[in-house]
Amino acid sequence: MHIVVCTKHTPDTEAKMSVDGAGNISWGESPLIINPWDEYAVEEALLLREKYDGKVTVVSVGPEEAVEALKHAIAMGCDEAIRVWDDACQGADTLATSYVLARTIEKIGDADLILFGKSAIDAQTWQTGAAVARRLGMPALMYTIKIAELDPDGKTITVERLLEEGRQIVTAPLPAVVGTTKGINEPRYTSFIGIRKAAKMAYPLWSLDEVGAEIERVGAAGAAVRWPQVFMPPVREGEAEIIAGETIEESVSLLIDRLMEEKVI
Amino acid sequence: MSNDIFVWIEQFNGQAASVSWEAVGMARQLADAMRGKVVACLFGGEGLEPLAQEAIAYGADVVQLAEDTTLANFRVGPYTELLARLIREGDPFAVLIGATFRGRELGPALAVDLETGCIADCTEMTLEDGNIVATRPIYAGKLMCKCVIPEHRPQILTNRVRAFPRPEPDATRNGEIVRVEPALAEEEIAVKVTGFQATEGGVSLADAGVIVSGGRGVGGPEGFEPIHQLAEVLGAAVGASRAAVDAGWIPYEHQVGQTGKTVSPDLYIACGISGAIQHQAGMRTSKVIVAINKDPEAPIFKLAHYGIVGDLFKVVPVLTESLKARLA
Repeated sequence: MHIVVCTKHTPDTEAKMSVDGAGNISWGESPLIINPWDEYAVEEALLLREKYDGKVTVVSVGPEEAVEALKHAIAMGCDEAIRVWDDACQGADTLATSYVLARTIEKIGDADLILFGKSAIDAQTWQTGAAVARRLGMPALMYTIKIAELDPDGKTITVERLLEEGRQIVTAPLPAVVGTTKGINEPRYTSFIGIRKAAKMAYPLWSLDEVGAEIERVGAAGAAVRWPQVFMPPVREGEAEIIAGETIEESVSLLIDRLMEEKVI
Repeated sequence: MSNDIFVWIEQFNGQAASVSWEAVGMARQLADAMRGKVVACLFGGEGLEPLAQEAIAYGADVVQLAEDTTLANFRVGPYTELLARLIREGDPFAVLIGATFRGRELGPALAVDLETGCIADCTEMTLEDGNIVATRPIYAGKLMCKCVIPEHRPQILTNRVRAFPRPEPDATRNGEIVRVEPALAEEEIAVKVTGFQATEGGVSLADAGVIVSGGRGVGGPEGFEPIHQLAEVLGAAVGASRAAVDAGWIPYEHQVGQTGKTVSPDLYIACGISGAIQHQAGMRTSKVIVAINKDPEAPIFKLAHYGIVGDLFKVVPVLTESLKARLA
């Protein structure tokens, strides 16, 4: 089995984000990490490899810093890493990014399963996996919380995926795109040996030519969505009104009065 | 291109997702400004005629209704194929889709088919120079951005649940129901739905008007009992912080925050939740936030509108009993 995991780098979840007058986004001193949702995809790929053998390749479309995400995935136990980049890829939306990823997966050629995290915590569109599946004409099994069955010989997969009302159970042929979500597994920590391997490894860079992507369909040129303005959300003024009655009963009663005035109960 | 706006009406077992009516309301405003029609697209197995009438009452001019066994369960393949065909025929200016699990799958697949953009998770939409300018949160709401699709049509947008008001239905409105055929036959669809497990008990977090959440302070799985009781009295959904979920006290489906669900209820009651930045990211847009926490220094009190400093195991049961008496 060849499992491909798509990942990207993001600022740490603890990062204090800011934006300057020119619209440049900053995450201060916070480190760049693997997108936290992608750790579930990497872990699931490793669990499947342990069960069915095969190879796990991690892929990222990104600049030099994207190596941070690839390194983490290798340190967790992935076999190979591929970074695809050209400066022309800057300014991509999910339409453009999914195009490059789809070409890359086609170039890889023998992927049985393509795994994604639920979304990236930066732009948080949740779109790239579903768009890649559509481009490749593969089943899209997003929000998968459990791989119930996998038959590498029969080339089928059955998953439980999250919808608002519960879990939908679906069966699909391989190759397929599976979007993972938290709850599917508990991502492992990177091991000392893994970190050493990741530090020594070469991270090959594939060009747009190599994956067969046309330059006018990538980055800002290939994007349909523009984001002319990034701004800080309005800050709520003031602190909580602390309700402190003589007794708990009195505090609670005062709170209920407030909530009734606010018409929220 | 027409000045019409298409809205995908999401339904499950003949019940529409509330977010779809919120989308119809927004589409109505945009279509009125553009002098276009609101075209609702409603797909499912059977018996959807009452929902089609409901769509008209909420503001649709036309409902394109497809009823077929291939559409009984949501599958992104046949749904995308059919919606793309209807959009090619109707050539609308924009397409609105609720930002639910299903909608977030459908939007980008549709964008690929139509070679256009999809702006995810919009919280505001305005019309400027013939384009919809959409505001959406990024970095878990730590930043906001304005997005636009200047050169591609249609503009596809997903609207965040509860970000737009649900219009008042008007049963006297007139509209047209047009029956349409599915785009794919069953043998052309690779994905098969073999089952469904409904989430046990209670109100869905995404749609909930009131949410009662528990955090590290509940101390264990049994600590969620008073939270559930309060939720029941309020008709509320039960949420949880990451700490409570990671400790295994409550399933992941209940997690609110950056790595859980983003919610925006009228009332959010945080019990024993300190209010880490990641939790705040998932609930900060709630209309009224109440914090109940032993620690007066907990960051949640900086975000909350009302707070009670105290032991949740003492405060919450009293709140439950008092509400029972006062709401009776």
